[in-house]
This record gives sequence, structure tokens and C-alpha cells, in this order.
Amino acid sequence: MDINWAHIGPTVLASFLASLVEFVEALTVVLAVGVTRGWRGAIAGTVLALLVLLVMTAALGPALTLIPLAIVQLAVGGLLVLFGLRWLRKAILRSAGIIPLHDEAAAFAKETSLLRSMGGLTRGWDRIAVATSFKITMLEGVEVVFIVIAMGAGGSGLLIPAAMGALVALLLVVVLGLVVHRPLSRIPENTLKFGVGVLLSGFGTFWVGEGIGVQWPGADWSVLGLVAAFLLVALASVPACRRNA
Amino acid sequence: MLRTIFEEFLAIFVDDIRFAVSIIAWIAIAGLALPLMVNPTWQGLLLGLGLLIILAESAWRRARA
Repeated sequence: MDINWAHIGPTVLASFLASLVEFVEALTVVLAVGVTRGWRGAIAGTVLALLVLLVMTAALGPALTLIPLAIVQLAVGGLLVLFGLRWLRKAILRSAGIIPLHDEAAAFAKETSLLRSMGGLTRGWDRIAVATSFKITMLEGVEVVFIVIAMGAGGSGLLIPAAMGALVALLLVVVLGLVVHRPLSRIPENTLKFGVGVLLSGFGTFWVGEGIGVQWPGADWSVLGLVAAFLLVALASVPACRRNA
Repeated sequence: MLRTIFEEFLAIFVDDIRFAVSIIAWIAIAGLALPLMVNPTWQGLLLGLGLLIILAESAWRRARA
């Protein structure tokens, strides 16, 4: 499979958008930790988790090249389809008002309340601060690592663009967090998840097909057709779900 | 903590068992059964169509619940 802009563009975009969503959620908790229990612990826990995630990506990404491409495409494509369709289904239901939208401000309030209730503040390193920041960054970051590796595993030369997309998202969230110093509740999270779900579902389906020997009409460009199809069906599902609620 | 992270990692792929099983089953059918019935181009189109139907049906069913 040749790598061309049909893959690189959507790969960077999907990686960027998905990472943006995850890092925003992590930022909410890290901010709560910093505000209630101190910034030293919050930053230390976050940086430690980011280093672990970087090592994971650096190790797992190239390791997949040792496995036959068809097997990687089928396995990773299957996981991408599960991940993408899960996000897309939830985004459809949130758009239709069936399940509530994720509220970063409410999550921040809940987290700060919980952290304050733990007490035990010390002048030195706050273990709760380090552990909480580490845990949330790892939880959200593992999803980013999966997306970067999955998007990068589809063919040679895609890991770097996928990683770049995630890195740009991280830098953007860090800068916004420093400037705003508040949860990024104005970012349209459900719209982002809707878009990411569409992209990952399309890519995942394409790679599953590659793995099982499908001949896609238009070859690599059919990934764009798949993305368009998932978008149309998802958009049509929103009013249908609303009517059936 | 590691167990929590691992459980959360698994949860990013499956939160509705029926939905996940339908997806995996359709991929298996597309890979094993469809090649016996249709040419590789139709195999791809049916793979995509099946996943689209699974998505729409699952969302619609959840909305009715």
C-alpha cells in the first residue's frame, strides 16, 4: 500500500483531534490537582506519565513493523473500528440528547471537591497530587498512544505524522491551560468526538479490508469514501434517534 | 493503579457488549464467508455497509431503551 496524502492528511487530523479531546480531559483533572493540592505534585505526576507514554509509543510503534502488515492491519483496524464506532455511537446519542454532554466545568468542580476532602496536605511532595495527575494522564494518554500507534501502523511512514498530530494537540492544550488556567469547557468536545469517531471508523474499516484481502474501489482513496459514508449515516442517525427517544 | 489503567484501556473498545460482538462478528463474516460468495470489491462494500447498519441500529436501539 502506497502512502499518499489520502492517508497522511486524515492520519494527522484524526490523531490531532482525538488527542485534543483526551488531553483536555486530562487537563481538567491536572488543573484541579494543581489548584487544590499544589502545582509541584500536579506537574511532576503529569511529566512522569508523559515520559512513560513516550517510551511506550517509541517501543510499540516500531515493534509493529516486525509483524506482517496484513495481520497488523486486520488487528489494529479491528480495534480502531471498535474504538471509533464506540465514540461515534456515543456522539450520536449525545447530539440527539439521549445521553448528557460531557461537562468539563462540572468535572472540575467534582474533582476539586474530592481532592479537598482528602486532606493531608504537606509542605513537601504531595503523594496524592503526584498519583492523581499521573493516573489521569496515563488513563487519557494510553488512548492517545493507541490512536497514534494504530494510525501509524496502517503503513510505513504514518507513525511520525500521527505522533506529530498528537504532539501538536498536547502543546496546544498545555498553552491554553497556562493561558486560561481553567478547564477548557468551551471546546466543543462532542463535535470533536463525532469527527474523530467518523475518521477512525473509516480508517479502521479500510484497514480491516486491507487485512482480509479486499479490493477497494479507488484503492487508497476509498478511505475518504468510507469516512464520508460514516459521516452521512451518523448525521442521519441523530434526528432518527431523537424521534425514537 | 495499573489494574485501573488496564481496565480503562479495555473499556475504550467495549462499553456495549452486543455492539462490540456485532462488529467483531461482521468483520469475521466479511473475512471468512463473504469471499466465498462475492468478488473482493463487493466484499469491501459489504464490509462497510454492514458496519454502517450496525452503527445505526445500535444507536437507534439505545435511543428507544
